[in-house]
Amino acid sequence: MKIMVFLEPQGNVLKRTSYEAITAAINLSNDPNNIFGVIINGEENQIQTAGNYGLKRVINAKNELLKSYSSKANASTLYQVSQLENPDIVLFAGNSMGLELAPLFAAKYDAGYISDCIALEKVNDEIIIRKPVYAGKAQIKALLKTAKKVFSLRPNVFTAHQVENPENVQITDFNPQLNESDFGTKVTSKIKNEGKLDVLEADIIVSGGRGIKGPENYYLIENLADALGAAVGASRAVVDAGWRPHNEQVGQTGKTVSPTMYIACGISGAVQHLAGMSSSKIIVAINKDKDAPIFKIADYGIVGDIFAVLPKLTEKINAIKGNEKI
Amino acid sequence: MNVLICISRVPDTATKIVVGSDGKTIDNQGVKFIINPYDEYAIEEGLRIKEKFGGSVTAVTVGSEQSSDILRTALAMGVEKATIIKAPEIFDSYFVAYNLAEYAKSIKPDIILLGRQSVDFDSFQIPSLLAGLIDYNLVTVVSKLTIDANKIICERDVEGGKEIVETNLPCIISAQKGLNEPRYPKLPDIMKAKSKPIEILEAKPTDLKMEVISMEIPMKQRIGKILSDSDEDINELVRLLHEEAKVI
Repeated sequence: MKIMVFLEPQGNVLKRTSYEAITAAINLSNDPNNIFGVIINGEENQIQTAGNYGLKRVINAKNELLKSYSSKANASTLYQVSQLENPDIVLFAGNSMGLELAPLFAAKYDAGYISDCIALEKVNDEIIIRKPVYAGKAQIKALLKTAKKVFSLRPNVFTAHQVENPENVQITDFNPQLNESDFGTKVTSKIKNEGKLDVLEADIIVSGGRGIKGPENYYLIENLADALGAAVGASRAVVDAGWRPHNEQVGQTGKTVSPTMYIACGISGAVQHLAGMSSSKIIVAINKDKDAPIFKIADYGIVGDIFAVLPKLTEKINAIKGNEKI
Repeated sequence: MNVLICISRVPDTATKIVVGSDGKTIDNQGVKFIINPYDEYAIEEGLRIKEKFGGSVTAVTVGSEQSSDILRTALAMGVEKATIIKAPEIFDSYFVAYNLAEYAKSIKPDIILLGRQSVDFDSFQIPSLLAGLIDYNLVTVVSKLTIDANKIICERDVEGGKEIVETNLPCIISAQKGLNEPRYPKLPDIMKAKSKPIEILEAKPTDLKMEVISMEIPMKQRIGKILSDSDEDINELVRLLHEEAKVI
């Protein structure tokens, strides 16, 4: 069983989700020699970090044209690599790139594809996956009946494990053949959300709901988030009221997140909101209504007024973390 | 400009999900079905494109004849033609994409719009699979769309910001919340839509690629320590997060 893992660079290293996928591949396979990574325009130092997670071999697809992202050109590149290597299983991170690219690649490679997996398990000769459906209100166990299988993995659910004796990664360059029609879509520029941590990338999220009463009070949420180095999130009610931008919305029509800790402030816990955050590892709820549904899924809760609780909580967290007072 | 909008019928997002007696699908009893929320942005955008550039707007869905309810909503919003590709209830994304691809090949739209994901199986697959099958350009999760001559400029939501993506026709665009504000159909249009014809085609079978083994409602065991808002309890919460949960 040969496994190909799609790797994405970030700064001097790879994205955390790439390491998560490497560990997932190692757990599926009994022979790490049958696992290889593929990266587009990777750099030696970035690729070598994969060795810390037990990856031994990476194919580095190099092409100047691929420096601006095109889904079609990337899918075509991965397809050409797969034609050389014939992997049985291909793993992608289920982030914004992976979710677009994986099915495009799967269609070309004539493979079956399941997205957003939260568990992969080898049972006899089958790969059984778990995946949330209906916005996480239910989960399915499923398998692919095709010979070739592609899966994307929900970020921050699979744990990346470093290996004890990392080896040097053997890197092979590959020059994909691309033509103009592969570049029918092209990313021409990127706009970064100014200086703010995105809920999809954050380890800790502090979210506000209707209980915050107005946009002028959101500094309470932001101060707590700053103390924790967390991202700021919002419930749908808050976004629909125009108090916060849509990119902060957590829930069924917003973003689905699985941070290490999620702090819900003044959020009652509508089923659509729970759908977007219930896979968080630790959930803290602060709400004045002791019967609010959010408490049913919380690990820790405070029944009280957020206007009284948040400043005190922020101060105490600043104290314990040794943050300087601003 | 001819626009095709692919929509799907999903349980209302407020629905409580109960697993059906087969242990693999949901129990539909008492479930209210709606247009997939992201598809409403696709419909609205399709109507705006037609209003600006002329042409036609067609809506299509793969599903049972019950899907005529969501198509009637689309017709009331202003879509001109509606088609059901009739199929048993199948959650195989490839099957759906294949049938949409066959339909798209028959009407050759300039642009295909659909929601970024369907909020039932949340698979994020159909736009990409469709693009792979009919070889159209693809941009997913689009929150702003500008069409200028033959050039199409999209803002695509990604982690930590937006990408500006340029493409051209023919293309597939999947809609993200924020793309527009979908219109509410007016009562006379709702009445008129009731008598408009809906074309029914038979789906073509394909080999199913995915098999669902079981469906369950996740039960996460939570520690559930609920405290008061006293100063001691706030201290206790910080201590628990620090020493027990080890998250700060």
